[in-house]
Amino acid sequence: MDVGLAVIGAGLAVIGAGIGIGQIGGKAMEAIARQPEATGDIRTNMLIVAALVEGAALFAIVVALIK
Amino acid sequence: MKKHLNHFIVATFCFLFLIGSSQSVWSQNGNNHNHDSHAGHNHGDHSGHNHGHEGHNHGDHAGHNHGDHAGHNHDSHAGHNHGADHSDHGHGHDAHGSSTEFNPSEVIMHHIADSHEFHLFGKAHLPLPVILYVPGQGLVSGMSSAFHGQGKDGFSLHHDVFSSKGGYEKATVMNLFNKDVKKFYDFSITKNVFTMFLAGFILCLIFFSVARAYKRREGQAPKGLQNFMEPFFTFIRDEVAKPNIPDAWEKYLPFLMTLFFFILACNLFGLVPFFPGSANVTGNIAFTMVLAVFTFLITTFSGTKHYWQHILWMPGVPVLVKPILAVVEFAGIFIKPFSLMIRLFANITGGHIIILSLISLIFIFGKMGTSVLGAGAGVGLSVPFVIFMNAIELFVAFLQAFIFTILAALYIGQAVEVAHDDHH
Repeated sequence: MDVGLAVIGAGLAVIGAGIGIGQIGGKAMEAIARQPEATGDIRTNMLIVAALVEGAALFAIVVALIK
Repeated sequence: MKKHLNHFIVATFCFLFLIGSSQSVWSQNGNNHNHDSHAGHNHGDHSGHNHGHEGHNHGDHAGHNHGDHAGHNHDSHAGHNHGADHSDHGHGHDAHGSSTEFNPSEVIMHHIADSHEFHLFGKAHLPLPVILYVPGQGLVSGMSSAFHGQGKDGFSLHHDVFSSKGGYEKATVMNLFNKDVKKFYDFSITKNVFTMFLAGFILCLIFFSVARAYKRREGQAPKGLQNFMEPFFTFIRDEVAKPNIPDAWEKYLPFLMTLFFFILACNLFGLVPFFPGSANVTGNIAFTMVLAVFTFLITTFSGTKHYWQHILWMPGVPVLVKPILAVVEFAGIFIKPFSLMIRLFANITGGHIIILSLISLIFIFGKMGTSVLGAGAGVGLSVPFVIFMNAIELFVAFLQAFIFTILAALYIGQAVEVAHDDHH
């Protein structure tokens, strides 16, 4: 029962990560469409923020893994 | 540019030294957090024998006796094969007696964790040096093959767990400060340490040769390996270091370069399923912890007054809010490197777990060699997924190395930032 709950928790955390990174990606696409010459800068910043959001989700996954 | 390349060796060896010696303290066989709670961790008929990591006091366990393990030999790990030789998997588990069931979670955890020997193919193992320091007994060392069976100097190694006739337990972070426990310290060259040395060696080869090329071809266009590496160097310098640390990027560039290339090399080694690769270095939390600690030390010790003021008594914020924010910012000093550690560890370990799970599908469908049709279906289903996942993991290897580096540059940049005249 313990292990099942932990895995569900990990799944929930990933939902959050998915939504967050999806939003970042979407906004980045819009920004690139508006200003294609800034693609490089936008891409770099998008990756950094995506890593931060993913880091938050990974905290939860690590706790689930420990269980 | 050239003189920076020569700094790599110093930084790399500092990393390696500290990382290598931290292996034993944190990781009890690597990341086997799950080892205790393993529902499926069964070795068939070994009743009374527990792999429990609470007590490495195997001498005290009633009913547990190494002599009983008639069929128990390390050849049973022959089946735990990452890539090529699926056919031997059946033999591997049969050696355990009645258990012929394929246990995916055990196989996966075994591959994620560190180990004292390399598994090459089939039943072939490459033993690695074991170096234990036992207070009171001195150094116990030898190849890990000498520690199977009866063991050596009172220590024996089974399933990558040391058992000691003298009642010693392996020192880990959990029992490091516990004075009631007799501890031995494991400084062995395990799979991870070997791979770190190998990665460092290969990086030194590459960088020394490129440095010589820069010196020889001064003023000329780059050629060969130098040409291949130059985009990486200019990328780290121009997109990572300079924008984030505008004033003092030269001082921190060697550290950032070493961070990027060392993490990248270890990530790539971990993706290769056979011998010189196959070690999950960056997915070991002790390794990422040391890298994060280095970043923390550098940011803390290069902090200017401006930096500390912004953390503890930040300007531009109402006085009543400042103490609250100060607590949050102070916690942030520690949480930022902590998140660096967790991010790299979880990304790489997660990727490896997924790839191993998909490969395990083949064995689950094939029900341990009893069903060829099942195994064939398993292969057809899992091979495309595994190829896809490996491509993603290759991308993640580069991405995570880049993210670690750029976040480290960001934190260092915040620490060494000189006051700008806009709001002061």
